[in-house]
This record gives sequence, structure tokens and C-alpha cells, in this order.
Amino acid sequence: MSAGTGPAWLEIARRDLLIAFRRRAEAANPLVFLLIVAALFPLGVGPAPQELSRIAPGVVWVAALLASLLSTDMLFRSDFDDGSLEQIVRSPSPLYATALAKMAVHWLVSGCPISLVSPVVAGLLYLPAAAMPALLFSMLLGTVTLSLVGGIGAALTVGLRKGGLLLSLLILPLYVPVLVFGSAAVDAAAHGLPWHSELAILGGFALLAVTLAPLAAAAALRINLDS
Amino acid sequence: MTVVWSFLHKLGSPRWFYRISSQWLPWLSFLAVGLLAWGCTWGLAYAPPDAVQGNSFRIIYIHVPAAFVSLAGYYAMAGAGVVSLVWRIKLADVALRAGAGVGAAMTFCALVTGSIWGKPTWGTWWVWDARITSMLVLLFLYLGVMALYEAFESRETAARACAVLSLVGTVNIPIIYKSVDWWYSLHQPATIRLTGAPTMHPDMFHPLVVTILGFYLLYLVLLLLRMRAEVLEREQKSRWVEDLALGRGLAAEPGG
Repeated sequence: MSAGTGPAWLEIARRDLLIAFRRRAEAANPLVFLLIVAALFPLGVGPAPQELSRIAPGVVWVAALLASLLSTDMLFRSDFDDGSLEQIVRSPSPLYATALAKMAVHWLVSGCPISLVSPVVAGLLYLPAAAMPALLFSMLLGTVTLSLVGGIGAALTVGLRKGGLLLSLLILPLYVPVLVFGSAAVDAAAHGLPWHSELAILGGFALLAVTLAPLAAAAALRINLDS
Repeated sequence: MTVVWSFLHKLGSPRWFYRISSQWLPWLSFLAVGLLAWGCTWGLAYAPPDAVQGNSFRIIYIHVPAAFVSLAGYYAMAGAGVVSLVWRIKLADVALRAGAGVGAAMTFCALVTGSIWGKPTWGTWWVWDARITSMLVLLFLYLGVMALYEAFESRETAARACAVLSLVGTVNIPIIYKSVDWWYSLHQPATIRLTGAPTMHPDMFHPLVVTILGFYLLYLVLLLLRMRAEVLEREQKSRWVEDLALGRGLAAEPGG
């Protein structure tokens, strides 16, 4: 890693991106997970195209929710294990910015690819082509909130050995609004209705999460490292 | 201000809390039981039956107060969380944990009574109604706080982490409620209506106010009981608990 010159949050974002790039194979896991979960539904529900296309918006969104959740657990974990998180927390640079930077990188390496792949998965479930733009854009906006809210959970459970299952218990209820409006946008588009208001609300959630989630995550990291 | 500070200072003392809550509890319990008995008798026996639902609507006198208290309880818990984070008062940690348990129980009570009410009214035990679904999510939020508390080894860390989580929850609850409301209006099945009439007749409404007050007091009583149990557990090595256990009674604090 080259010597840091920019502000701490930028250096941390750069380092996290580099780590993610070097572990490229790991980044594919959420995508494979998304694909497998979506493939389970035709096997469980039956192959009838009408049935599948009716439930496709919800199924793709739930699968994306779980895929995003799965990758969230590692958001602060590896830094906690090797001690660098302690240095980050103790450093004079604002923890708000570094937490936000880490969450943003998490979105770039998990939420963003999940969003880009989701139309393909939705195609497997016979989602009408007219709904694809709605799916893509609602995913891109919605996964921002998922990464940020998930980051709070990851920060809360970072010091716990068995954080994974607990994390899903803490975070999934908080994902409800994103799921409701995300799948509603896709549903509306599939029926040929306007879907921009849903998208605007998802944007509002993302803004609220960008403002508040790093605060909560920073507080949670301090609490976990103080003990 | 000095009054507030001395009050906060006293609140920090588990022993003071234990003594003062011993004095309050009989009165609060008496009031809670009295109000509940009065409200339930009035509501179950004397209020007129509903025009559409007949007598089955009477479960409202348990269901609605439980739902009220479970939602208010989350905010009370988050309030204790703020006190715990800002002033590091141990008693607030105790209140946070006790509040999570009592609140989850109230939410569960609201869900079960709602389900029982649903059977004669809608013909099924469970309906994905907006309010029921919000209650279910609220129960999940409570269970999350409880699970997080149990996961930590240090009580202090657990309480502070739970405080952060419950604050995140308070920001989210209005959003969750609104989005579930909206989700329901989008998917609303045509056959279901929650109540026969849009507003309640005063004869039905007045007993409800009494039982709501009764439930708030019941919540307070249960909260205090749980807090007292945890205070004893936390302070089991201290002198005053030993005195208490040996039947020597609880003397006033020196200088308190």
C-alpha cells in the first residue's frame, strides 16, 4: 500500500477498494447467492410463467436484501480482527467520515453489482421488460440504504464472535421500508404505472441513511472498542 | 437545575431506587389493578355490543391498550437508552433491559389478542393487515434489542449497544409504520374492514380510556418489578442486599 497523502477517509476507501479488488472471487459470492435464491423459487413455487412474473418483483428484492445482508457481516470484521479498526477509531480524523467511506465501498463492491445483476435474475423469473429500468434504478438507490443500515448492524456486532445470525435479526426489520417501496416501484412498472414517486422515496431513504447511519455506526464502533 | 441534578444523582443509586420503588409499588399496583378491573367490567359487561361485530369487539379493551403501551414502551426504552449513553447512569441500563422484555411481552399480547379478534371478524387467525404487520415488525425490533443484549458479556457494553440500536429503531419506527400503511393500501384485499363504524360511540370509548390508563400503569408496575429483580442481581455482593436477604430490612442511606 502506498503512503497515505489524502484525508484519512479517502485513504481508507482506497485501501478497502484495493483489498476488495485483490479478493475478487469473494465479491462474486453475493451475486451467486442472489442467483441461487432466485432459482429456488421456481423449484418451490412451480415453473408457471404467470405465477413467477407476478411474484418476481418481491422475490428479486428479497433475494437482493439477503445477498446484501450476507456481505454486510464482513464490513468491519476483518479490520476488527487485525486491529486496524482500533487505530481507525483512535485516530483524530472523524470516525463519521471513515465509517461512511467504508460503507460506501461496501456498496460499491456489493450493492452496486447486485443491482446490475438483478435484471438478469428478474429475467429468469419472467419479469416484463418494461419493469427492468424500474428494477435497476430502485435497486441502485435502495441498496445504498441497505449498505448503510446494514453497516450500523455490522458495527454493533463487530466485537461478537457469532455476529452473523444476530446481525440478520437486528437488521432485517429495519430493511422493511426499502423492501416495500423497492418492490412497489417494480410492481408499478410491471403494470405500466408510473414509478417515479417510489423512486423518489427510496432516494429520500438513502439521503436520510447517508446522514444518520454513519453517526450510529461510529457510536457503535466506539462502544465495541471501548470495552 | 440543582433539583434535577440531585434527582439524577439519586437515580444513580440502585439502593435508593430499590427503597423508593418499594414505597411506590403497592400504590401503583393497586391503581393498575383497580383501573383494569373497572375498565374491563365496564367494557365487557356494560358497554353496548357493536352493531356489526356483536360482542366480539369487546377484546378491544385488551388489544388496543396493549398496542398503545407496546409502542410507547419502545420510546420509553429508547429514552432510557439516551440517558444511559449521555449520563452513563446504571439504572438506565437496567430500565433499558427491563423495558425491552416488558415491551416485547406487551407487543406479543397485542398480536395474540389481534389474532383472536381476527378469527370471528375476518374468519382467519392471521391477516396481513397494516397495523398487525407493523406490530409484528415492532416485535422483531424488540427481540433484536433483547438478543443483542444477551450477546454481550459485559453488561455496560450490552446496554450501550442496545441504546444505539433502540435509537436507530426510533428513527425507523415512523418510517416503517408509514411504509407498511402504504403497502397495505396498495395491496388491500377488498373483503376486509377493520371496524364496522369509523368512530366509536362514547359508551364504548370511555371504558377504553380507563383500560388504556390501566395498561400504562400495569406496564410501569411490571417494569419496576423487573428492574428491582435486576438491581438485586447486579448488587448481590453489596451490603444492603445482604441485609435485605437476611431480613434486616432496608435502612435509609447514610446522608441520603
